[in-house]
Amino acid sequence: MNKPLMYLGQGLAYAMFAAVLGYFSTSPKYTHLPADSALVKLSFTHAGQRKGACRERTDEEMAKLPTNMRIRKDCPRERSNVTVELEMDGKQLYHVVLPPTGLSKDGVASLYRRLPVPAGTHRFVARLKDKEGGDFDFVRDETVLLTAGRVMVIDFKADAPGAGGFMFRN
Amino acid sequence: MGKAHDLHHKMSNYLRKFWQRPENLFNAPFGQALNPWYHLGALTFFLFWVVLVSGVYLYIFYRTGVREAYQTVEDLTHEQWYAGGVMRSVHRYASDAIVLTMSLHMLRNFASGRFHSYRWFSWVTGVLLIWLVYASGINGYWLVWDRLSQFLAVATAEWFDWLPLFSQPLARNFLAPGDVSDRFIMLLSFAHITIPLVLLLFMWIHTKRMNHAETTPPLPLVVGTLLALLVLSLIKPAVSHEPADLTLAPNVLNLDWFYLALYPLLYASSPGAVWALVGGITLLLLAIPWVFKPRAAIPVAEVHLDNCNGCERCFRDCPYSAIVMQPRQDGRPYALQPVVDPNLCASCGICVGACPSSMPFRSSDFVSGMELPHQELAALRTETDRALAALQGDARVMVFGCDCAYDVRELKSEGVGALSFPCIGMLPPAFVDYALRDARADGVLVTGCREGDCQYRLGIRWTEQRIAREREPHLRKRVPLERIECCWAGAHDADLARSGLAALRARIKQMPRETIPQDGAQEDVPEPEDKKMGQSL
Repeated sequence: MNKPLMYLGQGLAYAMFAAVLGYFSTSPKYTHLPADSALVKLSFTHAGQRKGACRERTDEEMAKLPTNMRIRKDCPRERSNVTVELEMDGKQLYHVVLPPTGLSKDGVASLYRRLPVPAGTHRFVARLKDKEGGDFDFVRDETVLLTAGRVMVIDFKADAPGAGGFMFRN
Repeated sequence: MGKAHDLHHKMSNYLRKFWQRPENLFNAPFGQALNPWYHLGALTFFLFWVVLVSGVYLYIFYRTGVREAYQTVEDLTHEQWYAGGVMRSVHRYASDAIVLTMSLHMLRNFASGRFHSYRWFSWVTGVLLIWLVYASGINGYWLVWDRLSQFLAVATAEWFDWLPLFSQPLARNFLAPGDVSDRFIMLLSFAHITIPLVLLLFMWIHTKRMNHAETTPPLPLVVGTLLALLVLSLIKPAVSHEPADLTLAPNVLNLDWFYLALYPLLYASSPGAVWALVGGITLLLLAIPWVFKPRAAIPVAEVHLDNCNGCERCFRDCPYSAIVMQPRQDGRPYALQPVVDPNLCASCGICVGACPSSMPFRSSDFVSGMELPHQELAALRTETDRALAALQGDARVMVFGCDCAYDVRELKSEGVGALSFPCIGMLPPAFVDYALRDARADGVLVTGCREGDCQYRLGIRWTEQRIAREREPHLRKRVPLERIECCWAGAHDADLARSGLAALRARIKQMPRETIPQDGAQEDVPEPEDKKMGQSL
């Protein structure tokens, strides 16, 4: 192959190299969330209530304990599961029972869940129960306008200022 | 293991044939020496330096704040497009090119069977490098803190949350705008310095067992690659998405598929599935050197101290640092002796070609200082004698070839004899002299793998230098170079080998036979006496 042809061939090879880099560095486009959708993120960390009731130690029991461990209240370590459900427009969107973390099952229960939903106005009902048996302890019912691409975060803090419970951040 | 090796053998035959098409295509415009396919590892090294230099420039202007990060990148891209913008684009495209050259380098080595036995270390460290390259690249995308960075931050957190490692979900750190702080961006920029430094360390480790590792591509390739990156940067500058906003979900993204191809899978399948895929591929790659291990153990080069004066040439020429020099233990008056590490020896025979005692002129039962147990030089000399004795005609050629390249036995004819070595680097230059002496042959054709693609890396380089009398042991001055032709022809390059042979035969037909050294030049043939060995032959 003569020199001009060689240089032409090399130019073509480099052009091909650049074309591959240029194209795949941005294309094809990736649609992460459809244009007419919004996103609900249900996420919190919360410790369920203790499975058993606390009791007061007697003076005899206290005396048997080392000095640095003499605490009057004696509480069981294990905590209850946390049950959560989210309803949208009357239909259940998500339901989960979260066990406590830790080897002794005394840690917090954590949740992070992304839920794509159609954009528009929706009525959301969030419920949470953090004890054994009985009804939900925390309920929040709210109608929200979710524009396309919007992220609504549903967080939970039992001891938040005010009533406590679910927080809808839109 | 044996079945797996057979499978790989079949697979690699197909892969090699498939691979040779683009390689052949590139050989025409680039020539063998500059064919980029033969310099993929070195190109990856070069691209790393491009990324490093452009990254240092960008870092001078980069400010580590949630708003500042995006703004400084925007300013670099638009206000300073001629320098900062170009640097940013070069930084991006060179990083992408690293993935491309690295992947091709790996595939090519797999197809060529260059991953098992003595090469396992380079293969395994290469697999670890993939992780580090990806970690560096993905981390870099976070620094812009635009919608793509936001998507990557959240998606990576969601991906890692699948692992039972964290007491609280990492993704909770990206719920609302206030969750991301300036310190977080600073941490990202710190990681973008640390991870590439670790990457560089592993790149160094990756080549540690390679003697004379090629980490710099030929200059024309450097210039061409750099120009291609610059032109691409000017034609299609790298730009950001909208600034990150955690109240909005990223919608349509211009993904960099070189680095981010796995992210859509997270949402098309599940984080667990992506971990299984990534972990599975990593484990499979790590296991390849042992799964596809050859059935028979590779014979190891042997040192014969009776014929060795510790000249260190084998030590210097070994492509895989399989030979170390240790204090002499046989009582002879030399300081050192070579010791072969059986785990690193490739059985290429390059050390045999480097040994000054590999002299076919010696007595009938000669043994070299270095020998391959399955290819002893004395036996190879007998084969050479047999081939030379059978030569007839007026342009008689002895062909010395390489088992990894074109099969030289196919060139045999009435006037052409052939002998193949495990690697052409095993050919002692004295064998060329031996073939031409006494006019037993009129010319010698030396063949081997394609230039730049030696199966044992350095065989071609050392052979060329020895014949050109630039490297010890070099070809004697009495041997006329015009009677020698070097033709680097790969396994499927029959036309190239035949044309090389035809060119040599046409040339030697024009030459008078008396120019060939005649018998009687014996006086400058050194015997393997201790005092003489180690000197130039």
